[in-house]
Amino acid sequence: MRRLMAATGCVALLLTGAACNRGTGEPVVGLITKTDTNPFFVTMKHGAQSAAEQQGLDLLTFAGKVDGDNEAQVQAIENLISYGAKGFLITPNDSKAIVPSLDRAHKANMLVIALDTPVDPPDAADATFATDNYQAGKLIGEWAKAKFTKDGKTAKIAMLDLNPNQVSVDVKRDQGFLEGFGIPNGDPNRIGDENDPRISGHDVTDGNEEGGRTAMENLLQKDPSINLVYTINEPAAAGAYQALKAAGRDKDVTIVSIDGGCPGVDNVANGVIGATSMQFPIKMAELAVEAIAKYAKDGTKPQNTAGKDFYDTGVQLITDDPQAGVEAKDSTWGKQNCWG
Amino acid sequence: MSTTTTAADFDVHRHDSFGLRLQHALHGNPVLGPLAVLILAIIAFSIVNTRFFAAANLSLVLLQVTVIATLALGQTLIILTAGIDLSAGAIAVFSSVLMAQFCFKVGMPAVLALLLGLACGTAMGALNGFLVTRIKLPPFIVTLGTLTIFFSLNSVVSNSETIRGSDMPHLMTWTGDTIAIGSFQLSYGSILMLLLFGFFWYALGRTAWGKHVYATGDDAEAARLAGIRTSRVLFSVYTVAGLLYAIGGWILIGRLASASPNVGTEYNLDSITAVVLGGTSLFGGRGGVLGTLIGALIVGVFRNGLQLAGVEVVWQGFAIGLLVLIAVSLDQWIRKVKG
Repeated sequence: MRRLMAATGCVALLLTGAACNRGTGEPVVGLITKTDTNPFFVTMKHGAQSAAEQQGLDLLTFAGKVDGDNEAQVQAIENLISYGAKGFLITPNDSKAIVPSLDRAHKANMLVIALDTPVDPPDAADATFATDNYQAGKLIGEWAKAKFTKDGKTAKIAMLDLNPNQVSVDVKRDQGFLEGFGIPNGDPNRIGDENDPRISGHDVTDGNEEGGRTAMENLLQKDPSINLVYTINEPAAAGAYQALKAAGRDKDVTIVSIDGGCPGVDNVANGVIGATSMQFPIKMAELAVEAIAKYAKDGTKPQNTAGKDFYDTGVQLITDDPQAGVEAKDSTWGKQNCWG
Repeated sequence: MSTTTTAADFDVHRHDSFGLRLQHALHGNPVLGPLAVLILAIIAFSIVNTRFFAAANLSLVLLQVTVIATLALGQTLIILTAGIDLSAGAIAVFSSVLMAQFCFKVGMPAVLALLLGLACGTAMGALNGFLVTRIKLPPFIVTLGTLTIFFSLNSVVSNSETIRGSDMPHLMTWTGDTIAIGSFQLSYGSILMLLLFGFFWYALGRTAWGKHVYATGDDAEAARLAGIRTSRVLFSVYTVAGLLYAIGGWILIGRLASASPNVGTEYNLDSITAVVLGGTSLFGGRGGVLGTLIGALIVGVFRNGLQLAGVEVVWQGFAIGLLVLIAVSLDQWIRKVKG
């Protein structure tokens, strides 16, 4: 609504002959997310907005219509170039297809920061601010390993992944979990190529409740002895839990997940999820906006975390059943720091 | 085309080939084809994995197809009139979100929230019907537009928040409760879905309204000349479909034990897939709801069966797409039947 009013105001100004350059005169920065419906990106937007206010920047936000919508992101970059923006943060819908547009932005002297998802090649962006997804998977794998070792149980694992496309986030979380749990994972760039008898099966969830439920139901049919469930994210975990509950297995199966969204942390507190790896989208957005503010002021470009090809915005294991040797915070801390 | 119009053709029925007899049988009863596919698939998957043909697994397939089957029921009515509804899934998901919001945010009593949610779905269907019959736009265009509108309003209203079942009155998630018959788990949602199929099987086959729906789909101009108020029939079909989608939304809440605005983006096309696999012709006037139920079950059996057989997910989509192409080819072949 506010945007509509601003646009109407602009048209009115134009009609009176005044130039319309968005009024404030503050440096413009952009935020381009994959969609504006996913709570993760909604949170990210809030984080960027408050950081932009603090830094005295004028933030313009854009989003794709659906996950994978490259066209809308290309248009957003074109708009930012014509607004004379200092730089922008982008969560690319298509890591490769967006690169030519990023090059055009660089030619216009803009600072480009990839947020959450790297671009391909990574150096097409000036920096990447992201969660270490491999580490996020590894933490829940280590936790599960410690728990199963302590209980003296042999794991039968269901792997609930994202989709069949071997997306890098999906692959890293999946492979990180396997490494953390101590299962040799074959080609580290491929999901599902390992043949360890502890893995009962893989299925895809599209990262939502319905997919999580159906995938869990089918895997339970395949192997009723499943007692450990890895899930790509917390909505998939919530769906898997419904399937386990319907099968009367909710008490003796452990679910692990990744995200740190508030509904997910609630599920940790309720015992639905055994442990989850928390990401920090607000911090991700704030740090990236600060980096652009700095660039706008003196031209300094952000540096990656030592030893990594991105700026690691951190990950934190959340569980109410801590295991020896795995650093974790409880769900009370989780609730204070969750997103969405 | 091997047949000619010579006198010899009159003998065709006396010593016709197996192919011709099959063609006639399918023309007379379009359910036979899909039913044969379903039975063959069940037999094949039972041989591949002994776990498949167990009461618990079969009840699971029914549970998994319940939402899609309910949407496909509404879709069938529309496709029978030679229309198409791309907004089916959007109406279902938006209705489910509205019901949950009425309870959770507005604090309405459960019954009221449910009825209002169903009314909203019905109104969305009626909007499609209005645009098709009054503004005379093609159904494809109308529902392409409303699909986008409903999904967008869905995001606005929900603020991308999932509302959990435990935060809503039990009536909202009631459709997910199950009764056990041995190890066969039947949910109230599935029972509701089956009752709806029974009702519309009767309504389409035995009532004047049903005959009018078929007549409008077969040849709208002929139906109009015969005194059928085709606009009214079409409007009723889109409106009823909206109500069915909203009921599907209610069943969806039960299945997920939550109302999530981010599910169901594929339901629009999945519902069309079920109708097509069920032998209802995309060109209108031929087919029925029993076929659709079987079509939905075929999708469910394939997804579940291929998973149990250890087939990779990418190939599951491939198999279902192939089935759709075969179904449409079969429909074309059956239409060429003589007499």
